[in-house]
Amino acid sequence: MDEKIYGWWLPPDVSVHGAKIDQLMSVLHWFMALLFIGWGIFFVYCLFRFRARPGHAALYTPVKALATKYIEGFVLVVEVFLLFGLSTPVWLAYKNDVPDPSKALHVRLVAEQFAWNFQYPGKDGKFGKTDASQIGGDNPLGLDPEDPAGKDDLVTVNNLHIPVHRPVIVDISSKDVIHSFNVPVLRVKQDTIPGQQIPVWFEATQPGHFELACAQLCGLGHYRMRGDVLIETPEEFAKWEAENAPPPQEAPAAAAPEEKK
Amino acid sequence: MSVKQHTAATGNGHGHGNQDHGHHELPFWRKYIFSVDHKVIGIQYAVTALVFLFFGFSLMMMMRWQLAYPGQPLPLIGNLLGETAMPGGVMAPEFYNQLGAMHGTIMVFMGVVPLAVGGFGNFVVPLQIGAPDMAFPRLNMASYWVFLPGCIAMVASFFLPGGAAQSGWTSYPPLADIAPTGQTMWLFAMVLIITSSLLGSINFIVTIVQMRAKGLSFWRLPFFVHAQLVTAFLLLLAFPPLEAASVMQIMDRVAGTSFFLPTGLVVSGEPLKVAGGGNPLLWQHLFWFLAHPEVYVLILPAMGIVAEVIANNTRKPLWGYRLLVYSVVSLGFMSFVVWAHHMFMTGMGTTMSTFFQITTMIISIPSVVILTCFIMSLYGGNIRFTTPMLFATAFLPMFAIGGLTGLPLGLTASDIYLHDTFYVIGHFHYVVAPGTLFALFAGVYYWYPKATGRQLNEKLGKVHFWLSFVAINFVFMPMFFQGMAGLSRRLYDPTVYAHGRGVQALNVLISWGAWGLGLAQLFFIVNFFLSLKKGARVAENPWNATTLEWAAPSPPGHGNFITEPVVYREPYEYSVPGKSNDYSPQFRAEG
Repeated sequence: MDEKIYGWWLPPDVSVHGAKIDQLMSVLHWFMALLFIGWGIFFVYCLFRFRARPGHAALYTPVKALATKYIEGFVLVVEVFLLFGLSTPVWLAYKNDVPDPSKALHVRLVAEQFAWNFQYPGKDGKFGKTDASQIGGDNPLGLDPEDPAGKDDLVTVNNLHIPVHRPVIVDISSKDVIHSFNVPVLRVKQDTIPGQQIPVWFEATQPGHFELACAQLCGLGHYRMRGDVLIETPEEFAKWEAENAPPPQEAPAAAAPEEKK
Repeated sequence: MSVKQHTAATGNGHGHGNQDHGHHELPFWRKYIFSVDHKVIGIQYAVTALVFLFFGFSLMMMMRWQLAYPGQPLPLIGNLLGETAMPGGVMAPEFYNQLGAMHGTIMVFMGVVPLAVGGFGNFVVPLQIGAPDMAFPRLNMASYWVFLPGCIAMVASFFLPGGAAQSGWTSYPPLADIAPTGQTMWLFAMVLIITSSLLGSINFIVTIVQMRAKGLSFWRLPFFVHAQLVTAFLLLLAFPPLEAASVMQIMDRVAGTSFFLPTGLVVSGEPLKVAGGGNPLLWQHLFWFLAHPEVYVLILPAMGIVAEVIANNTRKPLWGYRLLVYSVVSLGFMSFVVWAHHMFMTGMGTTMSTFFQITTMIISIPSVVILTCFIMSLYGGNIRFTTPMLFATAFLPMFAIGGLTGLPLGLTASDIYLHDTFYVIGHFHYVVAPGTLFALFAGVYYWYPKATGRQLNEKLGKVHFWLSFVAINFVFMPMFFQGMAGLSRRLYDPTVYAHGRGVQALNVLISWGAWGLGLAQLFFIVNFFLSLKKGARVAENPWNATTLEWAAPSPPGHGNFITEPVVYREPYEYSVPGKSNDYSPQFRAEG
C-alpha cells in the first residue's frame, strides 16, 4: 500500500462519483475562506479604528449599513446555489442512480465487532441464505449449508476485492452494533445498521490497495476495525475469484474464510 | 420577600446587603447550601460547572497523551489509575472509550449548560429584569439538588465494575444496550440532570414573563434575557424526548425490553437473548431531537453574554437589537427541525435527507444575521479592551469558524466524506469551546464583581485570555486537516491507519496545544480565588453599564434591590448625544 497518497488534505479520489463530491468540497472551502477573510478584515479594521482612546467617542446613531444586507443576500444566494445547484443533485444522483444490477458486482457486507465479513455470490450470482443460528468459528456469516445457492459463495474477512471500472453494489448490514463502512479514497460512507440491509454503490477508476475504516464507535476494538480494499484489473479479479472459489464437490462446509481475523 | 425590607440596607453601593437581615438571619446551611436565593443557586451552579469543566477537560488531556504517543505509558499518573484502566501505565482501549464518553457528557451536560443556564441564567436574569428572585425559589433549589446527585452519580460510575459509560456521549444502541453497568448509571444520571433542567426551564419562563420590573416591556429586555427565554423553551420542549429515551434504554438494559434492539443480533459469536423487534435508529431520532436544540442551548446564552459585553464595551447601542431578537427566536424554532442532519449516513431516504438539508441551510441564516449584528455593533464604537471584552471579541471569529465549517457537514454530498471524521470534532468544538466557553469566560469576568463585590485581576485575566486563545487554536484548527485526510473520530490509536499516520504529527501538535490550554487555565483558577480576598472592591456599577443588574448593590442582598427598580428606557443607551455620561442606565429617570 502506498502511504504517500495520504497527506493533510483529501486523499486521491479513485471513484466515479467522487469527483463531484470533491468539487463541492472545494467550492465550499473557497466560499468559506472568502467569507471568513473578508469578514475578518472588516473585523480587525473595526477593532483598530474604533478602539477607545482620548478624544474618541462612540456613535449613538446606528450606521445605515446596506452592505450588510447585500452580504447577507449574497450568503443566502450562495447557500441556495450550494444546496440546489451542487449538493442535492450530487446526493440524489448518487443515491438514486444505482447501477444496473445485472452489470454490477454484487457483494454483501456483514460487519461485526471488529471485522468486516464480505460475501460474494459466486458463479450463480445468488447469495446463499444465512441464518444467525449457523454462525460459528469458520462460518462468520452463518451460511446455510443446505442452500444450494450458497455452495459457490465466497466469503472474505477484512478484504474487499473489487474489479476496476465495474460498478459494485454492496448490501451493508451488521450482526451486532452500528459500524460505519468508510473508504476515504472511494468517497463512500454508510452506517451498518443491525436489522437493516442498506445498499451502497461505487465504481473504482484505478487499481490499487486502499483502506477500509470503521467510522462509527463500535466498542473497544473500534480503532482496529480496519480492512483492505483491493481494486484489481478484471483479469486479476477473475483469477482471485477462481482461485478462492470453494471446490464444487465440498458439500457440508460453506466457503472457508479467506483468512482468519 | 418584599423589596421594602431592604430600604435600611447600605445605600453606598458597597453592598453588604445580605448581612442586613437582623430579623431573620438564616442558618448557614439554609443560606449557602439549601438556599432558595437565586444568586446563591446561580453561584452553586456556576462553581459546580466550572469544576466539572476542568475535570472533563482533564479527561481529554489524558486521552491526548494516548493520541499523540499511542501505546506509551502515561507519565506521572499512568500508574495511579489501576491495572484495569491503565495496564502498565498504558491506557486500555476500554478506558479510552470511557474517557471519551465522559468527556462529552461532562462538558455538555455538567459543564457548559449548567454554567450558561443554571449559573448565569439564575444569577443574572432576575437581576436584569428587576425581580427580587425567581418565580419559584423552592423549585429552583430543587433543580440544583437534583442536578448535583446526577453529576455525582455520573462521575461515580468510573468506580463500577467495567467502568463508566463507554459508548460515546451519544450512547447509540445496540452498543450502549450491551455495554457494561456504567451505561445504566449514565442513563440514571442523565434522567436526574434532565429533570433538573426541566424544573429550571419552567422557572425561567414564568419568571421572565411574570416578574419584569415596571416599565420593562419585552422590547426593553436585555438581549441576554431574550436568549435565556428562548433557551428555556428549548430545554422545556427538547429534553422530555431524551428523558423518555433514557428510560427506554434503561428498560432495554435491565428489564429485557427491546426498544432499540432488532431481532437476530449475534454478539461475539453468540445470539443475543432478547425479544428483538426494536430499531436502533429510534434512539438516534429521540437523542438528536434533544441534542440538536441542545446545541442552541449551549450557544444562545453565550450569544446573550456576548451582546451584553459588546454593548457595554463599545459604549454604543447594539446594532440591530430587534433583528437579534427575531433571529434568536427563529433559531429556537428552527432548531427543532434539523436534528436528522446528524443521521445522513444511516441510509435515510432522499426525501427526508433533502428536507433536513434544506432546514439546516435555513438555520444558518439567522446565525449569520446575529454575527453580522455583533460585528456591526463594533463599527462606530469606542472599544474598551477589558478582559470580558477580549473574550467576547474572540468569540466572534471563533464562532464564525465553527459556523462556516458546519456548511460542508450540513450538505449531504460533502457529509458523505466528512461525517464522523475529525472535521466534525473541529467544527463543533469551535462552536462550543472557543465559541461558547469564551463567551462564558467573558460572563465570568463581567459579572464576577456583581457576585462578589470585587473585580477579577485584569492582568491575570489578560494573560489567561491570550494564552487560551493561542493554545485553543492549536488544538482545534489541525483537526480540520485530519478530517479532510479522512481520519475517523473516537479512534484509540489513529496510527493503525495509513491515512491516520499521515496526520499523526498534527496529533502531537494538538496534544501539546491542549496541555498548554490546561496550564493557561491555572491563571484563571488562581485569579478566581485570589480576587475573592484581594480583588479591588467595586461599587454597584463598575463597568458603567446600563442594565438593571447594575442598580443592585454588589453583591446584591436577599431580595436584590434596595428600592424597587423602574425602567425608563431601552437596554443599551450608551453615548446618547447631549448627555454628560456616556451611559444612560435603564433604571435612572434622568438618564
